[in-house]
Amino acid sequence: MSRQANRATENKKISSELFSLTYGALVTQLCKDYENDEDVNKQLDKMGYNIGVRIIEDFLARSNIGRCNDFRETADVIAKTAFKIYLGVTPTVTNWSPAGDEFSLLLETNPLVDFVELPDNHSNLVYSSMLCGVLRGALEMVQMAVDVRFVQDSLKGDGSTEIRLKFLKRIEENIPAGEE
Amino acid sequence: MGDEALFEFLHMEVVSYVCHSVQQDDTENGKVTAKLENLGYRVGQGLVERFTRDSPRFKDELDVMKFICKDFWTSVFKKQIDNLRTNHQGVYVLQDNRFRMLTQISCGKQYLEHAPKFLAFTCGLVRGGLSNLGINSVVTAEVSVMPACKFQVMIQRS
Repeated sequence: MSRQANRATENKKISSELFSLTYGALVTQLCKDYENDEDVNKQLDKMGYNIGVRIIEDFLARSNIGRCNDFRETADVIAKTAFKIYLGVTPTVTNWSPAGDEFSLLLETNPLVDFVELPDNHSNLVYSSMLCGVLRGALEMVQMAVDVRFVQDSLKGDGSTEIRLKFLKRIEENIPAGEE
Repeated sequence: MGDEALFEFLHMEVVSYVCHSVQQDDTENGKVTAKLENLGYRVGQGLVERFTRDSPRFKDELDVMKFICKDFWTSVFKKQIDNLRTNHQGVYVLQDNRFRMLTQISCGKQYLEHAPKFLAFTCGLVRGGLSNLGINSVVTAEVSVMPACKFQVMIQRS
């Protein structure tokens, strides 16, 4: 009986657990395949990028959000809409640089690390580096070159998880040859 | 959390990564499938553990298979298995007429040769799930026309 009753509420949670478990299995595999953590980070970032360039389409199609006028608006959309849709969390946007070209996303909970504990011999591993790749790839598809990296990680004993985004430049749209 | 799309994208990346990581000397599909299957196995084990935390003990093997077809499949793929058949001697065939890992790829015979690598992870998922419920099995999958596919579970008794 209880199995039935629990179904509805459990269902939602399970889908995020499916994701974090799959991600965990992937990281484990990468750690086996590569000798050092830097390479694992790089590979995760690359895979994230591939996801980002595709997920942006899914995102734009379902969120009905138009072009952002400035980086602050972009930050808001990322934190309040994108993270909410895909990971079910809303990070806080803080630490703006004076020039307004850099900000941090503060995550109190990181759904990717649900069941994770980092062993001591992987101190250079940035477990969630796929997120950086996703953000970079997605923003690149809307003509923004952005540098994304982790500056704090709760897995490494920091109080929260902080992702730093730095706006590099606007990517010029390529006009197809023969058109104005 | 709302999103299956994320899992689908991740799955695609995992498949493509594994295909590339293996390709040096033996491009034989066997190795790709085995690796993906192992990844799925771990995930299946974890999922079942989470999923059956509050549920009563299963009556028998068939009860476990029904659980896989209904609850397990629904939470992973948002639908139930369309057809479950068994010869009552330890072989079960689970048929999904619209398997979610294939629906985005094709509906027909196009790309049929690529289908197996998109099924290996799920085979592992089922095998891992069953193994944590105390059932050793071998799970294989076959596709004749996408996006329908059949998973065959052979229970190993020893």
